Amino acid sequence: MSLLEVNDLAVHFGGVKAVDGVSFSVESGEVFAIIGPNGAGKSTIFNLISRIYEPTRGSIRFDGRDITGLKAHDIAKLGIARTFQNIELFDHSTVLDNLLMGRHTHRSTSFVEDILFLPKVRREERDHRRHVEEVIEFLELEAYRNKMIAGLPYGVRKVVEIGRALSIGPKLILLDEPASGLSVEETREVAFWIEDMRRDMGLTVLMVEHDMSLVNQVSDRVLAVANGRPLALGSPADVQAHPDVKAAYLGTEAA
Amino acid sequence: MTELLQLVIGGLANGCIYGLVALGFVLIYKASEGVNFAQGDMMMLGAFIALGLGNSEQLGMPFAIAVPLAVVIMFGVGWGVERVIVRQLFGQPQFALVILTIALGFVFRFVAGSIWGYTPLVLETPFAGMNMRAGGIVISVADLIAIGVTLVLTVALWAFFAFTRIGLAAQAASQNQMAAYIVGVPVMRVNSLIWGLSGAVATVGGVLYATRGAIDPNIGLLGIKAFAAAVIGGLGSLPGALLGGLIIGIIEPVAGRYAPGEFAKMSPYIIMLLVLVTRPGGLFSQIQMKKV
Repeated sequence: MSLLEVNDLAVHFGGVKAVDGVSFSVESGEVFAIIGPNGAGKSTIFNLISRIYEPTRGSIRFDGRDITGLKAHDIAKLGIARTFQNIELFDHSTVLDNLLMGRHTHRSTSFVEDILFLPKVRREERDHRRHVEEVIEFLELEAYRNKMIAGLPYGVRKVVEIGRALSIGPKLILLDEPASGLSVEETREVAFWIEDMRRDMGLTVLMVEHDMSLVNQVSDRVLAVANGRPLALGSPADVQAHPDVKAAYLGTEAA
Repeated sequence: MTELLQLVIGGLANGCIYGLVALGFVLIYKASEGVNFAQGDMMMLGAFIALGLGNSEQLGMPFAIAVPLAVVIMFGVGWGVERVIVRQLFGQPQFALVILTIALGFVFRFVAGSIWGYTPLVLETPFAGMNMRAGGIVISVADLIAIGVTLVLTVALWAFFAFTRIGLAAQAASQNQMAAYIVGVPVMRVNSLIWGLSGAVATVGGVLYATRGAIDPNIGLLGIKAFAAAVIGGLGSLPGALLGGLIIGIIEPVAGRYAPGEFAKMSPYIIMLLVLVTRPGGLFSQIQMKKV
């Protein structure tokens, strides 16, 4: 059974068919990339999976369960984490607090227990901090631990967002253009992290990416989309050689 | 000197009430990214509900039961307002919320007027008319209670937002709703809770107001002054709101005594203008300049 199964997914905004009949499945432990020109509907697919958009048609199954009817705040609990193309962080909080917020669904203490600061609360807090410190170490964010997000450079904020997603402790992580706006060196680092996520953390990675060198380096399979429709699915090399994909990127109509 | 001290203590108590209403503005500004112009009227309604439950000519409950019950009822009113009305405006321009809450204020005033009338009424309290003397200064027990309750409530709210799971979730949602959703915060539910909380805080402010003088359905206009207090403090900051309230509360009587004419009535807005010109983000600004 696949970890994530997307079946005939579609969302229409008025007359605009942003996503129109996309199906794919992501196997456990796989790195799966979605590519396509701007406006192809890649981020929209992410927003459908994270339940921010309501699909017009189709279904999404995760871990054997239909999640199409769930709310956006239910998704983290199931083990799906994500980043955003335009970085959505808690800007007036520190890096550490942003990562700790990723632990929200794992907090089981009640309001009264929190107020009384019972041993159970302290124990749980220590566990969350330990978990978050592992993430900080993994992403080498030590120097920024207590810095406010608002003052950090773009590249660091991008990494913090990955960190918050990892703090959730997910099975599946959705990365929306993890390399956009990054230098060649930073992109190389992202590639290492993705490989480590899969190998050491046992994560499944679904990413949207424009940087083909990153896609080629880390992904097992690639789905190309254009105008909300799937073009080709297969190995990175096969998909890039596909005539429809070439046509979509060169701007000529495939038909 | 004694006279000044006397004025400052009275002003402090007044300022606490402005501060509590201002806290309500800040809570809702954080939750719904807009201003609730019915905040003053929620304060008024809360005070009247306490009066309706507690006064001997009305339901005649003991003061210690009537007030908490009024707080709970107004929590429900605030929660319900978000649930039923404000939620429909999700994604609309901020201005929609402004108009909606102004209208809501009229409704609250009308409801209070039709139940309790427009003649000023006095809330019966166990400590009415009690005073304490220290040196040459007379301090009313009502003033002391206003100051004490505000202090406790502010600390409680601070602890709620700093330490509890739900309080942290509310902070997260106020900073970035999208990010809050994806870490698992039920943003809508949190917003309802914040509206409830601001109804409860407004009621405490209203009851404190009513312990110090008669109330009528128009006392909610005090909300405008409290709004000035919230702006002085920097609209997004709880301690800032309280400080803004205290500044206005103290300036008013002092200006009334020492400054000419009607200056006292203008003073809150003059301070607000001064703050906005010199520190546009308020005294406790949460908006940082973007590096270019």
